[in-house]
Amino acid sequence: MKSISRITGKFFFTLPFLVPTTVFSEASAYNMPVGVTEVSKEIFDLHMLIMWICLWIGVVVFGIMFWSMWKYRKSSGAKPAKFDDHYWLEIGWTIAATVILIGMAIPSTSVMIKAYDDSKGDINIMVTGYQWKWQYKYLEDGVSFFSSLSTSQEQIDNAIPKGEFYLSEVDEPLVIPINKRIRFLITGNDVIHSWWVPDFAVKQDAVPGFINTAWTNVPKPGIYRGSCTELCGLKHAFMPIVVRAVEQEEYEAWVIEKIAMAEAEKLLTEKVWTKAELIERGQGVYLKNCVACHQTNGQGLPPVFPSLDGSQIVMNNKARNIEILMEGVQGTAMQAFSNQLSEVDMASVITYTRQSWSNGKNGDGEIVVPKDIVDYKNTVNL
Amino acid sequence: MIKETKKTIRNLALTVAGMLAFSFLLVPIYDVFCEITGLNGKIEGPSVFSSKDIEEGKREMLIQFVTHNNEYMPWTFKSEISQLKITTGVQQRVMFVFENKSSEDMVGQVIPSVSPGRGAEYFHKTECFCFEQQKLLAGERLELPVVFIVDPNIPLDIGSLSLGYTLFDITDQLPNNQIAAL
Amino acid sequence: MSTIVETHDDHGHHGPAKGLTRWLFTTNHKDIGTLYLWFSFLMLFVGGAMAMVIRAELFEPGLQIVQPEFFNQMTTNHGLVMVFGVIMPAFVGLANWMIPMQIGSPDMALPRLNNLSFWLLPMAFTMLVSTLFMDAGGPNFGWTFYAPLSTTYAPDTVTLFIFSVHVLGVSSILGSINIITTILNMRAPGMTLMKMPLFVWSWLITAYLLIAVMPVLAGTVTMMLMDIHFGTSFFNAAGGGDPVLFQHIFWFFGHPEVYIMILPAFGIVSHVIETFSRKPIFGYSSMVYAMTSIAILSFVVWAHHMFTTGMPLAGELFFMYSTMLIAIPTGVKVFNWVATMFKGSISFETPMLFAIAFVALFTIGGFSGLMLAIAPADFQYHDTYFVVAHFHYVLVPGSLFGVIAGVYYWIPKWTGNMYDETLGKLHFWLSFISVNLTFFPMHFVGLAGMPRRYPDYALQFADFNAMVSVGAFIFGFTQLLLLFIVIKAIRTGKKASHEVWEDTKDWGLEWTLESPPPYHTFTVQPEVK
Repeated sequence: MKSISRITGKFFFTLPFLVPTTVFSEASAYNMPVGVTEVSKEIFDLHMLIMWICLWIGVVVFGIMFWSMWKYRKSSGAKPAKFDDHYWLEIGWTIAATVILIGMAIPSTSVMIKAYDDSKGDINIMVTGYQWKWQYKYLEDGVSFFSSLSTSQEQIDNAIPKGEFYLSEVDEPLVIPINKRIRFLITGNDVIHSWWVPDFAVKQDAVPGFINTAWTNVPKPGIYRGSCTELCGLKHAFMPIVVRAVEQEEYEAWVIEKIAMAEAEKLLTEKVWTKAELIERGQGVYLKNCVACHQTNGQGLPPVFPSLDGSQIVMNNKARNIEILMEGVQGTAMQAFSNQLSEVDMASVITYTRQSWSNGKNGDGEIVVPKDIVDYKNTVNL
Repeated sequence: MIKETKKTIRNLALTVAGMLAFSFLLVPIYDVFCEITGLNGKIEGPSVFSSKDIEEGKREMLIQFVTHNNEYMPWTFKSEISQLKITTGVQQRVMFVFENKSSEDMVGQVIPSVSPGRGAEYFHKTECFCFEQQKLLAGERLELPVVFIVDPNIPLDIGSLSLGYTLFDITDQLPNNQIAAL
Repeated sequence: MSTIVETHDDHGHHGPAKGLTRWLFTTNHKDIGTLYLWFSFLMLFVGGAMAMVIRAELFEPGLQIVQPEFFNQMTTNHGLVMVFGVIMPAFVGLANWMIPMQIGSPDMALPRLNNLSFWLLPMAFTMLVSTLFMDAGGPNFGWTFYAPLSTTYAPDTVTLFIFSVHVLGVSSILGSINIITTILNMRAPGMTLMKMPLFVWSWLITAYLLIAVMPVLAGTVTMMLMDIHFGTSFFNAAGGGDPVLFQHIFWFFGHPEVYIMILPAFGIVSHVIETFSRKPIFGYSSMVYAMTSIAILSFVVWAHHMFTTGMPLAGELFFMYSTMLIAIPTGVKVFNWVATMFKGSISFETPMLFAIAFVALFTIGGFSGLMLAIAPADFQYHDTYFVVAHFHYVLVPGSLFGVIAGVYYWIPKWTGNMYDETLGKLHFWLSFISVNLTFFPMHFVGLAGMPRRYPDYALQFADFNAMVSVGAFIFGFTQLLLLFIVIKAIRTGKKASHEVWEDTKDWGLEWTLESPPPYHTFTVQPEVK
């Protein structure tokens, strides 16, 4: 008798662990990722611990409930007992619950303290959430760039098949070296966003006017993808995060390259641009920044997103056209792009819209060169 | 209606009014709480802390300066250096450049934020452009300092302190005569 | 439980008015209860339709059905409608019907105020839902409407949104004043507080919570209004304010709000389990103390919604501990329900099926809530579908199943007709299976990294999203069956006795009345021994 109940006991003890471990294993696509940092691993372990405890409590409580439903059903003749309280039982399970919770609170506290580390960072990166992209500024090296979704609008509109990293790819990933303490200074430019990379277990809100800090130390090279996790308007789902962790030498080479690129971009504004060069570049800029609202065919979605094709301003009013792109339109979704597009990109995208669809044929044919934008910035009317 | 019923209704109505008042009181309560604890990284106004108040306990630490122009703010706004190794207890001075690149006179407000928030109470600023609104004429350029001392009592586990400044355009929010007076 | 002395029922000499004016001007608690319940049922389909739009779009990756600007309006209004237009009015409707009957009084303390409290609701919701048809579009900033997305960046219709929230708040506050006054002053002689039915207790506590926090919501939206239109800077950093302050004030209301949405369900489930286990509820006083402690604790846990806003360590730890603490009284209630069933004599009519499902599935929601309370782990859960799974478990197979259990349990009393048991059971099984099919996979996509309020997602989330959408559609259409069952029970069915169920007359004053009850319920006050 005793041994049977022991075997039964052992069986029921191990049963929950036989639950498909594929679902709960590290490699599962359906569980929290273990991640690559010490903190992310500890958080994963904590998550699994709490989940198993909850599962266990559930098995016991539901077990008793289902058993009662079967054993004490009226249709099999069960007669109801009369008791409606039991002082020591109630004290007992209240204390048991409290003890279990304290048992959960202890490891949770220690993981929390570990995550809240304020020591110096080897590399400090300012992360700014914009509607709807991220800006990264490296404090030590002065490298600064925007990181936007690079998935094409055609994929989103189901016109072409979706790529493997649909909505998880960007034009310029954040590049960091491995085995260095990276400190993030996170803020928002307009509304609250939130910067989350699951593999690092880093998530902090990007609040306009305030700085939040986070840190990580990535031991393994790789590509790590994250998301914006605070509703920030229209394209909340379309501003992913991609971090590339690389060896120190590769990181240093990348920094040098980025600084050189910034220099080159500055020079570009002094070069003489042909109409064809501007249109070609402008199309690329348009597809990245404008197409979601104004559509590939330039017809937008009036009245909220005006049509550029056939627009009087685009066709015949170069000054106002530049002004709108630089300043935005108050009270609408049209942002000011002056801080987000370089002079070259700004000039080319305006030129592209002035020359495309029916505008090339019907408009005044004026193009915009980078110097026009530089001039505008020097004498702008707000 | 019975007396007890009227009393119940009166008490409940007073509770409702009280809770509405309480919700508005939460605003100053939050400000005071944050001022005392520095919890949201806000620092109060000019400090009278002086380096003469320090005897010992100085150490080295890193201070970072980050600036950000909120939204469409067209000024240039940057610090001359982005990081500074300092000794606590010693007065420091960092210059910031402001340039109004537009063709209109504008007024800006800089809002500071310190991270980690618990370090805010150890960051004593005696001079800062964030204490006042800044008016710049069209095309004008200014260099303004932040003068500060970091309290040597700052906890050892704070390895670096980040001072973030966000520049907001508040021209539209001020009546014209106030702008002229600045 | 105490024994109850039988009384005469009065012969009602007058009945309700005839026609439309009956419903516009009624001051009768049963009529007003009916109005609230029908209103909430209608709003269930309105909010449900919005959910269908959301799930249709999320069935596959890519944008197929709606664009993000409309999707954001759907998520926002689905939340607002379900919280303020379905769950809260449904419980108020049940309160109106049942509290006077359970405490032995002829009506509520303030019958005319009762009428006003109801009619404010259709007005508020007409205003809110009409914004969806305006050019600027309806509110699109989530039901939690964080600043500055809901202030500086909001569409013009935000002012109408603020106004409807004010009206809803007034309705809830007036209703709560009525409920507390009724419960405190109009109980039958002999019914001390610790002899009150648990549903009445649950509503007494809920009403106090409403009195305390609805004014805070009113303060929040007033501050928003002032920031938007009157140049203040409560939530605007430029003027010295703080967007995070919004979150603190909102969640100071918001957390007690979610307990407001569950406590009455606790009361209903206690009654249903007691009746169908034929055994008195286990641990009556602990049930009362547990509900009271949950209500008090609900005031000190709000920032567990804000673990990623940059709070200092001490704050994160405090809110983690206080949130974990709430698991204790909640757990005690679950143990007590199971202990009531243990060694009872259980039958499985439809109300009991919904009540049992409540106990199991609400507990699952409670477990995911406990996991969310663990602050460092919350860095990975916050604003993902894991949170969406948690709150839908406690609200749908939690609150909503509680409402439905109450409807099946009491509808024979209200109408005098038994509902169709076969159809009821069919409704239950379809709902039970589809509710799990809809919300269980959300735990997994959330853990795997899918954020909430996303109209489109990366490919690895596709399979489970498709499953969720199928479940959601089945669940939605199944509630049409409930509509059919309710209408059928109003019009026809086996006649119900006073007691309706087995041997209930000693367990609640409502079972001493006819089914349906006389127009003025108790015209002679019963005595409770």
